[in-house]
Amino acid sequence: MSTLTEAPPPLAPAEPAAEPPRRRGRFTPYWLLLPGILWLVVFFALPLVYQASTSVQTGSLEQGYKVTWHFATYWDALSEYWPQFVRSLCYAAGATVLCLLLGYPLAYLIAFRAGRWRNLIMILVIAPFFTSFLIRTLAWKTILADNGVVVHTLGSLHILDLTNWLGWTAGDRVLATPLAVVCGLTYNFLPFMILPLYTSLERIDGRLHEAAGDLYAKPWTTFRKVTFPLSMPGVVSGTLLTFIPAAGDYVNSELLGSTDTRMIGNVIQTQFLRILDYPTAAALSFILMAAILAMVTIYIRRSGTEDLV
Amino acid sequence: MTTDNSGDVRLSGIGKTYGAFTAVHPLDLTVPQGSFFALLGASGCGKTTTLRMIAGLEEPTCGTVHLGDQNVTHLPPYKRPVNTVFQSYALFPHLDIFENVAFGLRRRGIKSVKKQVEEMLDLVQLGEQARKKPHQLSGGQQQRVAVARALINHPKVLLLDEPLGALDLKLRRQMQLELKRIQTEVGITFIHVTHDQEEAMTMADTVAVMNGGRVEQLGSPTDLYENPGTTFVANFLGTSNLIEAEIDARSGDDIVLKAGGDKLVLPAARCSAPTPAGGRVLVGIRPEKISLAHADDAGAVPEGRNRLTGRIVDASFIGVSTQYVVESRACAELSVYVQNVERDARLVPGADVVLHWSPAHTFGLDAAQDIDAGTEEEVAA
Repeated sequence: MSTLTEAPPPLAPAEPAAEPPRRRGRFTPYWLLLPGILWLVVFFALPLVYQASTSVQTGSLEQGYKVTWHFATYWDALSEYWPQFVRSLCYAAGATVLCLLLGYPLAYLIAFRAGRWRNLIMILVIAPFFTSFLIRTLAWKTILADNGVVVHTLGSLHILDLTNWLGWTAGDRVLATPLAVVCGLTYNFLPFMILPLYTSLERIDGRLHEAAGDLYAKPWTTFRKVTFPLSMPGVVSGTLLTFIPAAGDYVNSELLGSTDTRMIGNVIQTQFLRILDYPTAAALSFILMAAILAMVTIYIRRSGTEDLV
Repeated sequence: MTTDNSGDVRLSGIGKTYGAFTAVHPLDLTVPQGSFFALLGASGCGKTTTLRMIAGLEEPTCGTVHLGDQNVTHLPPYKRPVNTVFQSYALFPHLDIFENVAFGLRRRGIKSVKKQVEEMLDLVQLGEQARKKPHQLSGGQQQRVAVARALINHPKVLLLDEPLGALDLKLRRQMQLELKRIQTEVGITFIHVTHDQEEAMTMADTVAVMNGGRVEQLGSPTDLYENPGTTFVANFLGTSNLIEAEIDARSGDDIVLKAGGDKLVLPAARCSAPTPAGGRVLVGIRPEKISLAHADDAGAVPEGRNRLTGRIVDASFIGVSTQYVVESRACAELSVYVQNVERDARLVPGADVVLHWSPAHTFGLDAAQDIDAGTEEEVAA
């Protein structure tokens, strides 16, 4: 009993000494956050506010622009450029589906079958990033050139007849058609699909496949009932990482497309840099952002991945 | 039951090699319908590979697997009437408990699974947890789901791959009894892989002790314990005192041996080694079979018992018994377990003692083997 009553006094003087580091520790997370927050404020929040104000300004280059809360710009922009909007979303969706169809088998192969080749294939997937985006897209111009091998092969296999009929290509050309733009988008964003798919497939415990086989699931059923559902987080993040940048892209349409394949990115770029109609460009950017945000929210809700993570 | 042999598992000359490494040497094994069979061995002894070859998860390099009269050697796992309880369970994390258990039924195109699944969940006392996800359950509950998921398919044979390895000791004891109860209830063949000798002995009717890809000995738990055939089995199942001895003479059914100046008697029937006069054998005796008397009471030791004199080196009290380490001329370290019924206060380290036991409890092993095979130190190395 006596030891208990004697114990507290030596603790008491130690307490003030323990206080200062604790106070400093309390603010450490905020100090660590500061650079990131500053970065976001300067390069994201401020430009966003500036852009929002630009979109409701009126005036001209000579007399200067003023905020007049002219929301009609939004409506005007939408009614004039809705075909490009729809086209952007369609191309992006097409490219995303193609990326998924091409990327899933490859990611599956790397995750489960590649063995010691795994790292090499991963490097090959990432290798295109070592060249510039523009140069890679320009290379596709050569690949899809009118007298190139691809066009000849597609033509002699009568695949061009089919794509012509679908309206994806025109005449004996692939270049300057929707097909070329979607191919370019698919190529450029494929690694963004493969990497998240690979990560989520690789995390799947191989014994689950054995367990499914042991419980009378044929290999294809095992894939449908076990592997694919467990890879859903990868599918969701892969499709988002592909769809979002593809919807706003203008380089592929610019280099591989024609005036008939203009995407919303091309319109915004032209408005800003050539026509110098800043309010319309800003309004278009906002509409695109809002549209993507809404679609992504619905998509994430629908796919219900929160159960998996 | 006696005429039905569809649950027999018959392995004939089955073996598995990976490149230059032989995981399982060709072995023959028959597990009769309805028995609880354990494959016991240290890690890397080939027991899991053997199990996986029965499940169809591993293709044997040679030999055949028969279930009843059906040759299943080349059937893929999903066509075999066997199910496996995997080590660490391999429950499907994206499905709830109900769907995990229903998985096998649904794959075989059975539409109305509700009643069966509920009955099975009741059998393993998890009816309340049907709509939870596996990660919301404790280790013991997950283990029971894994058993339910396999059993609901009424397999001919249930394979269990270290199913209790991830559980703590108390839960493990409880699940051992539970599994044994379920096996008795459903009456199907269980093949259980474990490295825990106590688990194998508690649960199984027949135990196959494996070592280095071979079956060292096969038999009932008591048979293996009382009559180990090799030093590995003697040391791996429980503890054995192995004493090197020289064969002196034969008298009737007994062999008389000399060990460090003392005379020991071994029944010839309990010796698995050849016994030429002048040859050497290892004499084995289990620590709990030995009685300990203080040297002052040496006269009170009955005639006809094997006896050795020695000195207590160490004594540790563990509740039900006291474990002594005794040094003697015949053997540097003899373990003796004495039940704590009437404790002799003179039996402390340093005391001179007489060890004595009935010759009938002695067993003889071939002296050409490694005397330390299967001991804990050797297994860990």
